[in-house]
Amino acid sequence: MTTQYETVIGLEVHVELATRTKIFCGCSTQFGAPANANTCPVCTGMPGTLPVLNRQVVEYALALGLSMSCKVNQYCCFDRKNYFYPDNPQNYQISQLYLPICHDGEVEIETAKGKKLIRIHEMHMEEDAGKLMHDESNDTSLVDYNRSGVPLLEIVSEPDFCSAQEVIAYLEKLKMLCQYLGISDCKLQEGSMRADVNLSVRPVGSDVLGTRTEMKNLASFKAITKAIEVESRRQIALLEVGETVVQETRRWDENKEQSFTMRSKEDAKDYRYFPDPDLQPIMISDDWLARVESEKPEFQPQKQLRFQEQYKLSAYDAALLTQSRHMAELYEQTVALSGNPKKTANWFMGECMRLLKEKGMDAEQLKFTPKHLAALIIALDKGEINQEIAKTVFERIFEDDIEPLAYMKEHNLLMISDTGAIEAAVDEVLIENTKVVEEYRSGKEKVLGFLVGQVMKKTKGKASPGMVTELLKAKL
Amino acid sequence: MNKTVLEMSALELGKSLRQGAIGVEEATGIYINRIREIEPRLHAFLHMDEDKVYTRVREVEEGIANGKYTGALAGVPVAIKDNICTKGLRTTCGSKMLEDFIPGYQAEVINRLEAAGMIVLGKTNMDEFAMGSTTETSAFGVTRNPWNEEYVPGGSSGGSCVAVASGEAPLALGSDTGGSIRQPASHCGVVGLKPTYGRVSRYGLVAYASSMDQIGPIGRNVADCKALYEVIAGYDVKDSTSYMEAALKQESVGCEKKALRIAVPKNYLYSPSKADTARADGEVSAAIEQAAKLFEQNGAKVDYISMPMTEYAAQAYYVIACAEASSNLARFDGVKYGYRSREAQNLHEMYRRSRTEGFGAEVKKRILVGAYALSEGYYDAYYLKALKAKALIKAEFDKVFEEYDCILAPVAPTTAPRLGESLIEPLKMYQGDAYTVAVNLAGLPAISVPCALSEKGLPIGLQLIANSFEEEKLFAVAAEYEALRGVMPTAMEQKGRC
Repeated sequence: MTTQYETVIGLEVHVELATRTKIFCGCSTQFGAPANANTCPVCTGMPGTLPVLNRQVVEYALALGLSMSCKVNQYCCFDRKNYFYPDNPQNYQISQLYLPICHDGEVEIETAKGKKLIRIHEMHMEEDAGKLMHDESNDTSLVDYNRSGVPLLEIVSEPDFCSAQEVIAYLEKLKMLCQYLGISDCKLQEGSMRADVNLSVRPVGSDVLGTRTEMKNLASFKAITKAIEVESRRQIALLEVGETVVQETRRWDENKEQSFTMRSKEDAKDYRYFPDPDLQPIMISDDWLARVESEKPEFQPQKQLRFQEQYKLSAYDAALLTQSRHMAELYEQTVALSGNPKKTANWFMGECMRLLKEKGMDAEQLKFTPKHLAALIIALDKGEINQEIAKTVFERIFEDDIEPLAYMKEHNLLMISDTGAIEAAVDEVLIENTKVVEEYRSGKEKVLGFLVGQVMKKTKGKASPGMVTELLKAKL
Repeated sequence: MNKTVLEMSALELGKSLRQGAIGVEEATGIYINRIREIEPRLHAFLHMDEDKVYTRVREVEEGIANGKYTGALAGVPVAIKDNICTKGLRTTCGSKMLEDFIPGYQAEVINRLEAAGMIVLGKTNMDEFAMGSTTETSAFGVTRNPWNEEYVPGGSSGGSCVAVASGEAPLALGSDTGGSIRQPASHCGVVGLKPTYGRVSRYGLVAYASSMDQIGPIGRNVADCKALYEVIAGYDVKDSTSYMEAALKQESVGCEKKALRIAVPKNYLYSPSKADTARADGEVSAAIEQAAKLFEQNGAKVDYISMPMTEYAAQAYYVIACAEASSNLARFDGVKYGYRSREAQNLHEMYRRSRTEGFGAEVKKRILVGAYALSEGYYDAYYLKALKAKALIKAEFDKVFEEYDCILAPVAPTTAPRLGESLIEPLKMYQGDAYTVAVNLAGLPAISVPCALSEKGLPIGLQLIANSFEEEKLFAVAAEYEALRGVMPTAMEQKGRC
């Protein structure tokens, strides 16, 4: 009888915070600046410089911690993690070990198998390191310290996952929380969200944890899923032939879809942590906590349910609209003005999504004014424009946030509401098509459509087809 | 004015400059000439940029004339210890590691000196990264004691104290982590203050032990020292450990009304043997008793008390200071600035060789000790235990200050040792720091004031220690003592030596 194995996974997730400035100096955190443009003596570790804490980082940490039902260390400290590496200008990282800001929380995830609570061991604040660039051609390495000092939150879970599906659901959930709180954009590709996977296997039913490995360099959900699958198989294969798993840190190679040993437990570093004497302990008052708690937004699951209820939307539609807090808010503001939840939803889910996809944009980047979309919806409702023209006008709203009525007037796109003008066109068509008129009069009623088309052509599509039909019938 | 520029105190010079009795350029020139004359023998300075000094002189002359600089020390030159960053002027920390390091930024204290219209003369010699008590661990040669060139000036701010004692500068800045201002001030016969931790911004001071480092003033008398202190003290947003002004308002004014209450720790005095440096020798002890008597004769209440926790001060200090230093000095790796070994073939070797070749023996020893104390499995036994000792030492001071205005104690157990004598007996040297390091552990302000000359003709200093943020009181008591003591000989008058 062969042994059945189960996989046990714990995650360490780094989230880069979207503060305007770095955690310990006033340098910009903007991504993509020229090398070392966003640096100063502090974040390049010059002698004699001192860190000064950016309070916004604490604010963001508390917001996420409370959203994961964490306990807060109202007296917390920064510690130095000592290790040598050129991307780390002081050769120590300012982090938190002894008194992290948050601990003992939980996050609810949902997979095909149902709901599950993932326990959060702790969450702490720390600074990011710079980036090394290796120039193979002349065998040199260069360092870019733009990222040095960008604030990070590290969220350490308990080993509560048993599949890649759960891991992905958890990361999606963290991403949603961060985006709803506006504290991070959580892009794996840009490195603003990074996950290290701690994984072990054990016989099903065992309550003892197996020896674990830590997997690094996982830059996409796809890589994470694949790495979990491959690493589980590797460990099970070892155990099945009577070998043991070595406790080590491994590096995932996305191209080869394999992992390689980075360092074993024997060369595990002693980081010689100690409280950073350059920074004062942080005191978080009850009032501060209460304020952050009260400012917590309505998160996605609640918002989705409310949308279904309040706007009579399907679960699918409500889920799509609430995947971004920003889009959900734009939707609600538009509905408030248009008075038509269903039609408004159709615009967001149809044209709006199509344009986002076409332009490779994020829902977070939507920048039009709800009033403008609402005006368009109302105009369409009133029959002031037709569907085709409305789509082109929406594109202008999406791109340049134009005021639709003014735009339509200026470009002469409004429907002709003046019966006189339509009547004139009808008369012209009747005169120009005497033969067809004869056919109609002799009982061939289906030619009416042709005549309507001719009138529409004359009015450049701006006449209401209904009105044209009525007028034609009357005249015939 | 009958006094020459060199004879004037810093405040007297400032007054003459403001009144226009002397020009800034003339006064600075006199000091520069004095430096040229003295340096070959004493080597207090590491570098000077005369062009920069004279450019600054013109700025200050204009500033005094147009009312930009009106302070008591406007136009007065000042020497700076070489671990305080000066923009565009080399800052080496007495180390080969930073031999060519020119900061592109500067310390907050330098900003304040400049705002007060002072003139930075140059950078002074020091023990490498402030690790040492003799200025002998400098990578750039020893500094000699102006009272006797066979003797060390003390350290680590030896260069700054010698510059002031020998008349190369009217004032200087030093830094004090475990006595590095007070002890050389005592050995050189000048006044030096270690302010309360948090009183003076550490921004731009190259860190040795961050939880204890403080920049402080050195002058020929208490009034000069106080004037310089007033220029540099105060909250700085760039230093999270500096105190907000609001917290500074709790100055004590009690000492004028009631009789001054002074405690003298009797367990600091009268060492039973030469080998035991945990207590002051007979000569130093007698000088302290003499000073105590002087206070008593003038209405102060003096009690001899016991402060047994001080016995653990040196041990606790060296664990904490070395632990912090091991981390603070990690940034000197040859990657970004400073010394880089040319020989290295790979990253690891570059680190190892650069640090092996760039740091001196004392620095390497302290980094090793500190890294060991923080290692997994030893952290509790060493680092945490030292923090507990520190808390007990602080508590012992707190208790004394419930009953006394200040503590009168020796600065060092002996007068200055001969050159080369200390480094061969390091434990004795470390143990000799007990009465100064206890003050740093507790974060208190303390001032070193000359009180006597030894048989060998070397100065002996006394130390006055007050409660946190009581610098005003400390200066008042020190000034009172200085007046009672009367005029003392200075190094400048010694047998025409200086």
